[in-house]
Amino acid sequence: MRVGLFIPCYIDQFYPQVGIATLQLLEKFGVEVSYPEKQTCCGQPLANSGYEHLTQPINNCFVENFTGFDYVVSPSGSCVLHIKEHLYGTDKVDETRQIKENVYELVEFLTDVLKIEDLTASFPYKVGLHQSCHGQRGLRLASMSELNEAPFSKPETLLKMVKGLNLIELKRKDECCGFGGTFCVTEEAVSFKMGKDRVKDHTDHDAEYITAADMSCLMHMEGILKRANSKVKVIHIAEILNAG
Amino acid sequence: MKDHAALADIFNRDEERVSWHDDTLWFVREKRDKVSKDIEDWEQLRNAASQIKDNVLSALDRYLIQFEKNALKNGVIVHWAADALEHNRIVLSLLKKAEVKSMVKSKSMLTEECHLNEFLIENGIEVIDTDLGERIVQLANEAPSHIVLPCIHKKKEEIGEIFHEFLGTPKGLSDPQQLTEAARQDLREKFLTRKAALTGVNFAIAETGEFVVCTNEGNADMGAHLADIHIASMGFEKIIPERKHLGVFLRLLARSATGQPITTYSSHFKRPLKNKEIHIVIVDNGRTIQLGREDFRNSLKCIRCGACMNTCPVYRRSGGHSYHTAIAGPIGSILAPNLDMEKYKDLPFASTLCGSCTNVCPVKIDIHQQLYKWRQVIVQSGYTDTSKTIAMKGMAFTLSSSRIFDFAGKSMRLTLKYIPFAINNQLNPWYKNREMPEVPKESFKKWYHQNRKNGN
Repeated sequence: MRVGLFIPCYIDQFYPQVGIATLQLLEKFGVEVSYPEKQTCCGQPLANSGYEHLTQPINNCFVENFTGFDYVVSPSGSCVLHIKEHLYGTDKVDETRQIKENVYELVEFLTDVLKIEDLTASFPYKVGLHQSCHGQRGLRLASMSELNEAPFSKPETLLKMVKGLNLIELKRKDECCGFGGTFCVTEEAVSFKMGKDRVKDHTDHDAEYITAADMSCLMHMEGILKRANSKVKVIHIAEILNAG
Repeated sequence: MKDHAALADIFNRDEERVSWHDDTLWFVREKRDKVSKDIEDWEQLRNAASQIKDNVLSALDRYLIQFEKNALKNGVIVHWAADALEHNRIVLSLLKKAEVKSMVKSKSMLTEECHLNEFLIENGIEVIDTDLGERIVQLANEAPSHIVLPCIHKKKEEIGEIFHEFLGTPKGLSDPQQLTEAARQDLREKFLTRKAALTGVNFAIAETGEFVVCTNEGNADMGAHLADIHIASMGFEKIIPERKHLGVFLRLLARSATGQPITTYSSHFKRPLKNKEIHIVIVDNGRTIQLGREDFRNSLKCIRCGACMNTCPVYRRSGGHSYHTAIAGPIGSILAPNLDMEKYKDLPFASTLCGSCTNVCPVKIDIHQQLYKWRQVIVQSGYTDTSKTIAMKGMAFTLSSSRIFDFAGKSMRLTLKYIPFAINNQLNPWYKNREMPEVPKESFKKWYHQNRKNGN
């Protein structure tokens, strides 16, 4: 099984430890991972701003980098969803289709493809799980509070395998944090208030860490926590699953 | 004209109020979650409603003609209005003909969309809104902030102040039951003396030519039954094919809206009583254009339950008035640009695209996908700032090649690391309330290159 590792642009630049944890975690399970070094971004920042028509060169770059793998795996539900829904228009139609079919967010790759049943990780802290919207509602990483469906949660399934980890309950288990890409600056007031409320739900329930399958939500909440001089930290789920 | 972000910024200056607004609507959303889970086949019910409405939209012309034919047979008078102005003129002419100077009106978002009240007042007609929430905002000279809960933005103490000023209740009265009673007494006189009543239409049944109006207060019935002339305004998408389909929609509507099993009153109007008149005004006002937009046509399936507003984390924290249109929230943000793309170009961007609206929608409108699509249409139609376009072109250039991206990333990290004030200032909206991420010593790519020899 050959896996192409897709590290979103902002993780590459600001959170290399998340990329490293993802890589090491996949290697622990014996997966042959390679990271195409000429990759850049999925193009979502442009497309969500209404400039999908400018993303052609970015799409081409993505397809060139990720053609020929059995799977493409990434530690970001949001970027993966964007590839699944909006990677289009390249000359390489078959390759594009294959990528869209075989691109996985890390958590779902572990639960659905590798079918992980136990982990060696240890993380003895109280952890709040933030359900990032694109992963949850877009990729269906977990059941959604709006729908009448049987409850399930792929990230929770994995976190429960981590030794010592105490997963806290939240009042609103799948409310958006308000990051929203460029929304976080164009609608600063609402974005901040959403983030503040989301953080409060975690701190009200004594979280020591907030985790998620999307670093962008965590970056937003981290900014708010740090401004408030909070001791609560954010950590990507890959780092927890790779801990200890 | 302030845009959504600017209006939301003003709303957020009173944080305590924002939290109260958010909690109030979240309470409604949770009620909806609970009752929807009491129905085992809830998701099938949504599918059925969605498919019935798909069918309606695919044959709307035939259903409308069938509806008109049957309504006429019942003795109802049918009018067609191409736009808001024609609708308003029709209503005015009916009132003039009946020599009516004052009219009671139950809740109708269509009349808000058409700005009927302002039009009638300018033409010397008094309009009395009889839905309690609408009455309050009318007295306060405001627009409704929510399609189902028009004055959800007001606290009971503020309503007490308004009633003190206009209805003469004691100063400082804030008990909801006493305030409601004061409104009831005041409205009772209006109901008894007004000769004309206007209602909205929730469902118009093609098969029978009847229409159904849903309220919790009975105010539509009180108005319509006491008046000599009943005018019902309906957007042309309100059609359902057969009476049996009501069972699907009535089960969904109130549960989605407020978490009730059904509205207190679901009143059927079919034929006028002797010596009385029923008029139906069927309104297009941009709906034909929306029907012709393939990506957006199914927004016309909306049954105006307001569930997407209650669930929207942005709506809850920005208030209905920040959308500066009659129908606020996620559904309003996909309907309004059809009417005036330039005026409402900001609305599809007033969302994080979290997708919760799509999940609660009883007729399964893909609201968040349409928000995304409207963004593309708005930008491609030129309703965007040149500076934003230049920035986006720059970003596209940077991200199209790893060589340029690596260079740009390195410069950005260096900027953040060595001259943080360049980015950490109040001109950067991120930094206003959030710290910037810490700068790592190297990118993942560089680490990978140094630590994995098999890097390709």
